[in-house]
Amino acid sequence: MSPSDLLILPFEDWINAFVRGFLVPNFRPLFRALQVPVNEVLQGFDAFFAWVPMLAVTAAFALLAWRVVGRGMAIVTIVGFCFIDMIELWPETMTTLAMIITSVLFCTVIGVPIGILVARSDRAWKLTRPILDIMQTVPSFVYLVPIVMLFGVGMAPGIIATIIFALPPIIRMTNLGIRNVRGDLIEAAEAFGATPTQTLLEVQVPLAMRTIMAGLNQTLMLAMSMVVIAALIGAGGLGLVVNTGLGRLNVGQATAGGVGIVILAIVLDRITQGFAEPGKGQKTGLIAALKSFVSGQTVEPASQTYSDKTA
Amino acid sequence: MTIKLKVENVSKLFNDKRGEGLSLLKQGRAKDEIFRDIGVTVGIDNVSFEVNEGEIFVIMGLSGSGKSTLVRTLNGLIKPTMGKIMIGGDDVASCDAKRLREIRRREITMVFQHFALFPHKTVAENVAFGLRVRGLGKDERRQAAIEALARVGLQDHADSMPDQLSGGMQQRVGLARGLATDPEILLMDEPFGALDPLIRREMQDELIVLQKELKKTIIFITHDLNEALLLGDRIAIMKDGAFVQVGTAQDIVSHPADDYVRAFVADVDRSRVFTASDIAKDADHIPVHTKAIRALAVMDKAGVDLAHVVDAKEMLVGAVTRETLEAAKPDTPVADLMDTDVPSVSGESYINEMYTAAQSGAPIAVTDEDGKFVGSIEPASIFGHLASDESAGDDEDGTADDALPPQPAAPEPLGSDVRDAKQERPNQ
Ligand SMILES: Nc1ncnc2c1ncn2[C@@H]1O[C@H](COP(=O)(O)OP(=O)(O)O)[C@@H](O)[C@H]1O
Ligand SMILES: [Mg+2]
Repeated sequence: MSPSDLLILPFEDWINAFVRGFLVPNFRPLFRALQVPVNEVLQGFDAFFAWVPMLAVTAAFALLAWRVVGRGMAIVTIVGFCFIDMIELWPETMTTLAMIITSVLFCTVIGVPIGILVARSDRAWKLTRPILDIMQTVPSFVYLVPIVMLFGVGMAPGIIATIIFALPPIIRMTNLGIRNVRGDLIEAAEAFGATPTQTLLEVQVPLAMRTIMAGLNQTLMLAMSMVVIAALIGAGGLGLVVNTGLGRLNVGQATAGGVGIVILAIVLDRITQGFAEPGKGQKTGLIAALKSFVSGQTVEPASQTYSDKTA
Repeated sequence: MTIKLKVENVSKLFNDKRGEGLSLLKQGRAKDEIFRDIGVTVGIDNVSFEVNEGEIFVIMGLSGSGKSTLVRTLNGLIKPTMGKIMIGGDDVASCDAKRLREIRRREITMVFQHFALFPHKTVAENVAFGLRVRGLGKDERRQAAIEALARVGLQDHADSMPDQLSGGMQQRVGLARGLATDPEILLMDEPFGALDPLIRREMQDELIVLQKELKKTIIFITHDLNEALLLGDRIAIMKDGAFVQVGTAQDIVSHPADDYVRAFVADVDRSRVFTASDIAKDADHIPVHTKAIRALAVMDKAGVDLAHVVDAKEMLVGAVTRETLEAAKPDTPVADLMDTDVPSVSGESYINEMYTAAQSGAPIAVTDEDGKFVGSIEPASIFGHLASDESAGDDEDGTADDALPPQPAAPEPLGSDVRDAKQERPNQ
């Protein structure tokens, strides 16, 4: 005896009817249109990374790692990227990199404003929070079903799935960062006649930057974790290498793809973490870092402390 | 004197959604009763006051008495539940957001207890913040910032980050930021409260010096009575959101309004509250060309053994004693008999600055800022003013006056009225 003896709910049919009978016919053009910007940006990055020589990309990443993290990470970057090149997975890695950057870019463009919005209104945050909770509990595989229904298969749908999956942390952390800005600093901005927008841009966003960067790091890692899954619906890159390897029971190929993903993940993770860590990244801007690299001098944020006596 | 800020019947209740608290407050219920009964916090309870141009108005009270709430209503950071706050022709409590911003950009700025410097901006950028939101260009901002920093002696630190500076220096930056927009009114919410005692003293002295030059209208919040007495032209004592007493330092110390204020002033250092002109007595003084015999007559009438001598412009030039006058020929002018080395102090000196002058034991001459004689002080009477009970503080109107007749009938010019001298002090 169980409830199903009494009543069978045609849940499947309902969903099918809703998606096939309502969403798809009525909103197809909308979903197609949504893919356009994603596709454009992706192709841009993809073409760019295909065009830039391997050594240039490696040098740029090593430089960034050196400035933001340290010498050790720069060496890891160089060794890792050379290894990827030598196992002949460089083009796939660059495709994956383009996909990740595209996803993270869209997550930032969508997530940061939403985060700012919900930080300024308790009611909006109360509504948004459960949605984010659900988004983060739904297993990544489950996203694929409606995505395929609505967007079809291919590169862009894969990235859209990644964007949705990776969006929650940056919204959460932006919200947290903005809310955690010291109350008296906001008071100070207001007391000097700043408009709400001026307070936001001059005080709140800059001070929330580290937290937003930490959110960006989490978003990036979630996007990395979607690489293999997104390949199931036609996204290329390293994910595809892993999938084909698995499909053909070619352990070597699958492992090679996996190692490529891990190396890329480590490099991107440590660099974005470096931006979020205190004492680094913010005071020494990228431009200053590049200048100092060229001139051979190091720029350290001055850290002298003056005593009252010198006042 | 122009009134810069006028606060009328301002009250602020927190969490009073249905207005119950306000009606209880109007019925005269106490703050803790209202909180206990309906959970409404009374921040400010019907406060009214006016602040004159160029005055330092100190609001003093214990923690939780509503000082921060009150000072934040003055620039609209907190909207009062009722009441008016008039700055120029505008009511800060009711004007729209745009007008309020305009007032904050031009007329009123604030210095915060914990400095509230923007940690991601340089010292100069912090100082120029008010000008930046006003839309000034980069060069103009920088120049104004450097000028404001120079006022507080920090022009060399313009490009430091705030966290590279010590607490005292950070608050100087806070002060420079408040001054950079050249506002009419400066709000200071316990600005020195977070500093070490030594640095605090230094900053208080600096503020006094700065204020002499700037003559801003300052609302200064503190929980330290000594600080209030030192800085305040007038002081308001606040308790449970209401003003208990408003007056000059001398008023408050010598005539506390109730037991609450009395308990506060009990261990005040009175030698830093009362000035020479507060305790000086009217005293006959003798023009420098008077003959010895006439001088003796004046002294007999006044019953004193020493009198101060002034020139034609009433400037203090010396003193003569009964002894020398009696020994001299009757028609010798006092100019030839007087001792030119007399202890004297300026009317503005505090008692604690008079101890050296009191050492000789001779009466101390008190002069105004131009050197004119305004009265004299018996060294022995100084200590009476330091005793903390009120009757001793009232000495100037009491027992000590018996030594001198209040209205000497001598034809010679009489000592200038000490009361007049007092009224000439600013903001009394
Ligand atoms: N936002 C607020 N909500 C509720 N109560 C408040 C709020 N701000 C201040 N209060 C209460 O108002 C009273 C006065 O506080 P405050 O103005 O900060 O005092 P002070 O600055 O003199 O220490 C205190 O009882 C405090 O708890
Ligand atoms: Mg306070």
